[in-house]
Amino acid sequence: MPSEIRTSDGELLSVKLKKVERRRRTTAFLLAAPLLFFIVFAYLIPIFQMLGRSIDNVQMHEFLSDTHDVMQTWDGSEMPGEDVTSIFFYELKGLVEEKNHGKIATRLNYEKGGFTSLIKKTARKLDDFDENANFLDQFIDVHKKWGDIEYWLALKRGTDAYHYRKYLTTFDFEQKYDGSIERIPEKKRINVTLWLRTIFVAAGVTFCCFLLAYPISHLLSVLPTRYSNLLMICVLLPFWTSLLVRTSSWMVLLQKQGVLNDTLVSLGIVADEGRLELMYNMTGTFIAMTQILLPFMVLPLYSVMKTIPPSLMRAATSMGATPFHAFRKIYFPLTYAGISAGSILVFVLSIGYYITPALVGGAKGTLISNRIAYHMQQSLDWSLATAMATVLLIAVLIVYWLYNKIVGIDNMRLG
Amino acid sequence: MALPKYTETRYRVWHYSYLVICTAVFFFLIAPLFVIIPLSFNAEQYIHFSDGMLALQPEAFSLRWYEDMIYGTKNPWGIAARNSIYYAFFSTIGATILGTVAALGLSSRYMPYKQLIMSILISPMIIPLIISGSAIFFSLAKLGLAATFPGIVIAHIILGTPFVVITVTATLSGFDDSITRAASSLGSTPTNTFFKITLPLITPGIISGALFAFVTSFDEIVVILFVAGGDRNLTTIPLQMWTGLREQLSPTIMAVATCLIVLSTLILIVTELLRRRSERIRGISAQ
Repeated sequence: MPSEIRTSDGELLSVKLKKVERRRRTTAFLLAAPLLFFIVFAYLIPIFQMLGRSIDNVQMHEFLSDTHDVMQTWDGSEMPGEDVTSIFFYELKGLVEEKNHGKIATRLNYEKGGFTSLIKKTARKLDDFDENANFLDQFIDVHKKWGDIEYWLALKRGTDAYHYRKYLTTFDFEQKYDGSIERIPEKKRINVTLWLRTIFVAAGVTFCCFLLAYPISHLLSVLPTRYSNLLMICVLLPFWTSLLVRTSSWMVLLQKQGVLNDTLVSLGIVADEGRLELMYNMTGTFIAMTQILLPFMVLPLYSVMKTIPPSLMRAATSMGATPFHAFRKIYFPLTYAGISAGSILVFVLSIGYYITPALVGGAKGTLISNRIAYHMQQSLDWSLATAMATVLLIAVLIVYWLYNKIVGIDNMRLG
Repeated sequence: MALPKYTETRYRVWHYSYLVICTAVFFFLIAPLFVIIPLSFNAEQYIHFSDGMLALQPEAFSLRWYEDMIYGTKNPWGIAARNSIYYAFFSTIGATILGTVAALGLSSRYMPYKQLIMSILISPMIIPLIISGSAIFFSLAKLGLAATFPGIVIAHIILGTPFVVITVTATLSGFDDSITRAASSLGSTPTNTFFKITLPLITPGIISGALFAFVTSFDEIVVILFVAGGDRNLTTIPLQMWTGLREQLSPTIMAVATCLIVLSTLILIVTELLRRRSERIRGISAQ
């Protein structure tokens, strides 16, 4: 019986084999474990925590929890009653004593403009309030905005523990106080434009990179090694050069008084007054990003083309195919793997591009990453920034998943 | 690429236009880099080719911007260069050790959940830098490490490891297991086999991974924008260039850029030598 085979120490072979395999699995896992835990704890969990900020309003909710609770019974059709205003008064007073009213002022200001000054002015006057008189009237006396029901509605909504409204803002929608969802006024719409521009630039750059990379990758793959190694420098030198160096070289070239315009003027193609606007718009972003990302398309294409035997094309032409027909039917389909690998790589990189658009793009050529950075660093609306980041991340992960399906991560090669 | 004599005219035309297109694309790739180099020797304040430079007059060229770079009044470049090298050095060591060890596990046939773990390990390369930058900043801030030397090194280790993992796994995928089996059948301990057989064979892969990690850290700009928090003592070369480029394009930046191009040329030469060495070793091991 085969199952009776035993090893020298008397154990069943099948049992021993399983043991050895288990030990090897553990060893392999333990080797990967340090990096795995490092990446998960120092990187992935922080990302999820940060993205959680896009729906998280717990701090506000806790600051004004009693107000929030009592407001649930208020239907919002008329001004809030004394039950609401009195509790809000005491809670606000507590916050002012703990010096936390600045935080709620900022958060409420995202809900409705004007809240910062409203809360700050009210906070200064809280000590003058008569606790036996009508609170609402006294609030209105301090600032007439308290007489506007929208501020109370914003307060009710702004104290929910979780909300998804920033995701609506990401796509230029807003939720009215009655719960209906509408597009925001036309002149305020900026985010959809940016999303569309980002996708357009990413797709366009990917396509241009493909068009430019295909012929040179082919040339590199058919030339004798001596020459192709030399030409490969043209691809690898930009690849290894600092991104900022390449971006600054495009700034030098594309400026109004830059090298490109100077050349065109001295050649008489363009008049001195009619210098081209190549920078601080989409053109600049597009040209610079194409050149910067081109190596990422050439390298995978080249490595695929290198494996295609030239005899295939010769066989096709010897059997009567015209060179173009042979290319279309034989060569091109064989390069699909390289095209998809390169395209996805370039697309993923360009959809999150930040530095080059910020320097070359000006106001008209910035992409979604620049908007995220603006909300992170300048407007400090982190909820909106992280909502946008979440959408961007989901988009990238979908493309990454496709890459994995089509190419496989194991086949990823660099340089 | 000479065409045979019997080639029809239209294919001849097509062939030559193909070569012209290729030349144009190679020019598009490499020319922008070479514009910077002569401009860094400009004697004037402005970034354009002066008439004197075009006429190759010696007085139109000078080293004043290199002087400014090294001895300049505020001289941020000295601190920046020192910091850049420190960050890159320490993060390369960290990323190379962590990445190589993980790659050894990942290349094992017995590795469980290989695809999933691989995806997690290379995620810092895939996730847009703006998201990585802010997330790393928030987590470092919680630990009190934002705008500190160790904090920046940790951030750069995270960004560098995927490159090490990828290059070392690629090297190991061509690795012939029978060599290590031969070693153990001859009585070598696993540790001994690793250091005497495996490690020397995968060294080119490790070095090229380390080089990637080094360059990633050395060129990194988005994450450091968040993590350095505007501390002038923590500035790096890319950060300094970013600040400079946002204000105005100065010839000193051109001088720095030229130095960086020289550096990338050196890196290119090293990678090329490594590639040849690795091909030679593999050629031997395949026989």
